[in-house]
Amino acid sequence: MTFDYAPAPESRSIVDIKPSYGLFIDGDFVDGHGKSFKTISPATEEVLAEVAEADEADVDAAVKAARRAYTKVWSKLPGRERAKYLYRIARIIQERGRELAVLESLDNGKPIKESRDVDIPIVAAHFFYYAGWADKLEYALPERGHSGENSRPIGVAGQVIPWNFPLLMLAWKIAPALACGNTVVLKPAETTPLTALLFAEICQQADLPPGVVNIITGAGDTGRHLVSHPDIDKVAFTGSTEVGRAIAKAVAGTDKRVTLELGGKAANVVFDDAALDQAVEGIVNGIFFNQGHVCCAGSRLLVQESVAEEVLAKLKRRMSTLRVGDPLDKNTDIGAINSAEQLARIRELSDIGEAEGAGRWSPECELPQNGFWFPPTVFTGVSQAHRIAREEIFGPVLSVLTFRTPAEAVEKANNTPYGLSAGVWTEKGSRILWMANQLRAGVVWANTFNKFDPASPFGGYKESGYGREGGRHGLEAYLEH
Amino acid sequence: MSTDTRLDVRKTYKLFVGGAFPRSESGHSYVVTDSKGKFVANAANASRKDARDAVQAARKAFGSWASRTAYNRGQILYRVAELMEDRRPQFVEAVRQSEGATAARATKVVDESIDRLVWYAGWSDKVTQVVGGANPVAGPFFNLSTPEPTGVVAVLAPQESSLLGLVSVVAPVIVTGNTCVVATSHQRPLPAITFSEVLATSDVPGGVVNILTGELSRTAPTLASHMDVNAIDLTGIAGDDALATELEVSAADNLKRVRRAPAAEPDWTTDPGTDRLTAFLETKTVWHPIGI
Repeated sequence: MTFDYAPAPESRSIVDIKPSYGLFIDGDFVDGHGKSFKTISPATEEVLAEVAEADEADVDAAVKAARRAYTKVWSKLPGRERAKYLYRIARIIQERGRELAVLESLDNGKPIKESRDVDIPIVAAHFFYYAGWADKLEYALPERGHSGENSRPIGVAGQVIPWNFPLLMLAWKIAPALACGNTVVLKPAETTPLTALLFAEICQQADLPPGVVNIITGAGDTGRHLVSHPDIDKVAFTGSTEVGRAIAKAVAGTDKRVTLELGGKAANVVFDDAALDQAVEGIVNGIFFNQGHVCCAGSRLLVQESVAEEVLAKLKRRMSTLRVGDPLDKNTDIGAINSAEQLARIRELSDIGEAEGAGRWSPECELPQNGFWFPPTVFTGVSQAHRIAREEIFGPVLSVLTFRTPAEAVEKANNTPYGLSAGVWTEKGSRILWMANQLRAGVVWANTFNKFDPASPFGGYKESGYGREGGRHGLEAYLEH
Repeated sequence: MSTDTRLDVRKTYKLFVGGAFPRSESGHSYVVTDSKGKFVANAANASRKDARDAVQAARKAFGSWASRTAYNRGQILYRVAELMEDRRPQFVEAVRQSEGATAARATKVVDESIDRLVWYAGWSDKVTQVVGGANPVAGPFFNLSTPEPTGVVAVLAPQESSLLGLVSVVAPVIVTGNTCVVATSHQRPLPAITFSEVLATSDVPGGVVNILTGELSRTAPTLASHMDVNAIDLTGIAGDDALATELEVSAADNLKRVRRAPAAEPDWTTDPGTDRLTAFLETKTVWHPIGI
């Protein structure tokens, strides 16, 4: 059965993209000293804007601005005043929510229904949540005892974020940092700088004191300059484990505080007594949400042998209904792969999966001519030694493994250097809690997957990094010990 | 034979790995003297292989130690304190010998060490409530964050404070369910070995605490770079910035949690706070839908 949908595109006229953007330093947009680069729509390869590439001097200027703002203004401001700035920012994000959603989908390639209904609402919620903490910090960490001494900010934070949830990752970094009284220099990913630059405008509309938030665009070199700048007190990074490792080495021997939110290879474990239709929805959401560009994606399906065939049949049927295409179409389920580079990596690992003997399947789907696309894909007959079962693909590619006993499920689920998230599907309560105890992962979704909330701590075990973002726990990274 | 001609029966100081007391597999030992420089013992000089064996023992012990009830772990740590109290004169003598303290001061150190164990023992079933909790997410979900042990922790124990310092770095690591490999003070290792004899005769399962004496240059790089060690505490190399940097770089290979080396060895008599407990904990957050 096929469904025909009429196109239902969200209008992009709500967004006014400038032909070029400078760096946001000390409250103003300034020209960088370095080159500039183009940011494109991954769905069409259309150039959206030229963006400045911050060089070492630009990074230094941004850090100096942040230091000045920290010393002279932000760290001296009472918590309740900081709170009101953050509430203001949250409100403006809500007011300009559709504009941000369209811009995010244009620059990133994610479906508008996700940017509109997931990313941007959680961004606003994140600022609301941390706004309320700004004047209650002395109550935040009871394990340190109650005293004002325990609620001091660290200083200037250098923050580097990825391209999969551009504005959401910005919110995860900036909201708690500012609530605690720190100032920030943030570098968005080179393929998705636009919503961060629009956020800079939002800071201006909110009359946020200059220098409290600085946004510098660029690629790896800019990030390296920022992380290794001697006047940065705190480094926060979300991205690949490889870069996370390099950052951990770069800050070795310094006093810089670090939090790293890195890769994952989450197991999504389906038991034979699970509500299978719900589980299939969870599997689909787990791996195809945001094109699988999700560090906590449920990229390894572990399904109990007795129901493996049934689950797989249901999964394939469900995958056949997924609509791949124009990110701005409201009916689109799977948008564009974020970049040519990422597409090449997904293709390479998928080809390796096939070469190593796993069975590859995708529903028939017509992919657009221009832009970067990859169909939802499932691999069956995958063994734990296969690279597609071990390496983070960061795309809409699911590896299916089977198990017989709960102990075997746990063993396979934990057989990874990562430990960011995991999923469990069973109708038996005691088994859920047992599995939740056994899984070595920072987030366990039971009978659900890929849920996020500002009040809920997020972060990994093992090589998925350290530190937590979100909730009361997320404040710890931005307060002095 | 009259008593004044009786020859002492000396103790052989060995490593403590997996609940047993092996010599170094390398066959190497080194001279340990008392505070005045007088020969006391040939202690085992742990090799890189000993460090790897100790990590293996710690890993093997981790699952069951972590899954014991907090109450049980608290009871076991309290039992360690009981046995230390029982051997108080022996520890006082060991501290005097290592640190050159007066009897009064050494007694104070031992008492403080025992009390510190009792203090940490009590944390076993409290830390979860203090650092964990329910999260009020905006949707029909049960959402709970709880702390869990990080895993295998390498501990470079302090160089100066051979007993109180040792207890202060080991107890907070294991009380939450981690297992550890401890590299002791190089020049003052003997109180640690005596402590391991207490561990062996208490109810601490073999492998939960493994103790290596010897040169840090042999064990520390191995522990820092070991891919099955989850965290490392660099307290024992206070002030050695070059070594700390080198070990931190190695530790990054598998993203170990690092407790950095302080500029100088801390004053162990002050209130320890919860830093050392929380440094080796992970937060796990579990979601479940609410519905009918």
